[in-house]
Amino acid sequence: MEAGYNFAYLDEATKRMIRRAILKAVAIPGHQIPFGAREMPLPYGWGTGGIQVTASIIGPEDTLKVIDQGADDTTNAISIRRFFARVADVATTERTAEATIIQTRHRIPEAPLREDQILVYQVPMPEPLFRLEPRIAETKRMHALADYGLMHTKLYEDIARLGRIGTAYNYPVMVNDRYLMSPSPIPAFDNPKMDRMPALQLFGAGREKRIYAVPPYTPVRSLDFEDHPFRAIRAPHACTLCGSAASYLDEVVTNDQGGRVYVCSDTDFCRAEQEKAA
Amino acid sequence: MSALLKAEGLSLRFGRVSALDDVAIAIWPGEVLAVVGESGSGKSTLLRVLSGQQLPEVGTIRFDGADIHAEGEAALRRLLRTDWGFVHQNPRDGLRMAISAGGNIGERLMSNGARHYGDIRAQAKDWLARVEIDPARIDELPRNFSGGMQQRLQIARTLVTRPRLVFMDEPTGGLDVSVQAKLLDMLRALARDLGLAIIIVTHDIAAARLLAHRIVVMRHGQVVEEGLTDRVLDDPQHPYTQLLVSSVLAA
Repeated sequence: MEAGYNFAYLDEATKRMIRRAILKAVAIPGHQIPFGAREMPLPYGWGTGGIQVTASIIGPEDTLKVIDQGADDTTNAISIRRFFARVADVATTERTAEATIIQTRHRIPEAPLREDQILVYQVPMPEPLFRLEPRIAETKRMHALADYGLMHTKLYEDIARLGRIGTAYNYPVMVNDRYLMSPSPIPAFDNPKMDRMPALQLFGAGREKRIYAVPPYTPVRSLDFEDHPFRAIRAPHACTLCGSAASYLDEVVTNDQGGRVYVCSDTDFCRAEQEKAA
Repeated sequence: MSALLKAEGLSLRFGRVSALDDVAIAIWPGEVLAVVGESGSGKSTLLRVLSGQQLPEVGTIRFDGADIHAEGEAALRRLLRTDWGFVHQNPRDGLRMAISAGGNIGERLMSNGARHYGDIRAQAKDWLARVEIDPARIDELPRNFSGGMQQRLQIARTLVTRPRLVFMDEPTGGLDVSVQAKLLDMLRALARDLGLAIIIVTHDIAAARLLAHRIVVMRHGQVVEEGLTDRVLDDPQHPYTQLLVSSVLAA
């Protein structure tokens, strides 16, 4: 472990403060709890919120997995994983099944999560209403009174203009039939996985200084209309590498002649599928 | 029959200015009540206080016999999006300018739990027709509409949930005369068809005569005269009302 740092980088008083916020967040599913976010040794937008939540809940026995857009081998994922290996000396893994804590940016792993796992999301903007109502004080009042007609107005506008709900990521959800919540910019494809998930889901927004949570087995419903139900959108292809026709795909441009391939965005899932086939 | 909205002993001061001074006012179901007076007489403040947007320092406001502030803000907001409506002088204050006409009308329905896109759209079209806007323009933004159309859209958006009481703050202000006349005609027809109670604040005596059953005259935060429209306008008792009525320009 790196000398000169407290376990998991943050000092104990800060971790205690963040844990208190997490406990409150778990007690009120989907409600945003303010917390005193610290400066972290990485820029805003790179996961300062998620990294603080992870630092507050991680212990020496934990095994950490970090993904960025589903991939374990991207810059953001590698640097956060290495950060915790250095300052907390914890085991790290790329395998979803082996991890006890999974910090994620913009994806939920394809493999179903278990009760003994915690999923930590990095959240750029925790307020689901912020593009619709610029006044934070007013959005707080709307949450307090469960006054969410405005969000449906946005969905109405989408259907009126596009013929369908055009939101493909950061698709708003109702948590426990009470709070409107931003699921962070995960694809709408992943929304159904949040519903009654056995794992605890924690959300940290560093710049906006908010923490919120979805406890295990909590109902999470994507907003929709009766005659325009929610649909999980997925590219209608099979993965070029593993052949999966069910996983969420990234489109990768291969040359300037219009060549493109579709591959799983979840690298661990793709590897496991390839091993199964081999 | 009991009063729909009944306010008693309302007082509110802004510093040394007394905006409302012991005002009592009541409106019955289906009645159109005009509040007239010069600028600064406290009529807009009265409307804000009556509709719960501002707390009076003293006094009570009862809707259907229940104190509107007794149940807290959530109950008041529910009232504002179901049984009440508020039409602003400037349509930009009452409309969402970045959202289509249909979305503007649908918002109140969706706030009240409507979750069927087809139904919401059908009602929006129906209301556009009722306020004499071509239903084909349902997906246009309000900024493409003229001032009179924006005002009619605001009225459609307010009335779509069939409120029982509508507050209107100078709804014809800023419109040219022919558009005003058309809007007043439409309001009168809607009020009669839907059995609406309307409290309308205006400085336009002619508009008040056309629409209102009863008139309240305000000056310096006090009600100086109150009565049936024709009685107040044809036989004004208070010197200020006499001045007000005699100042109306005849075309």
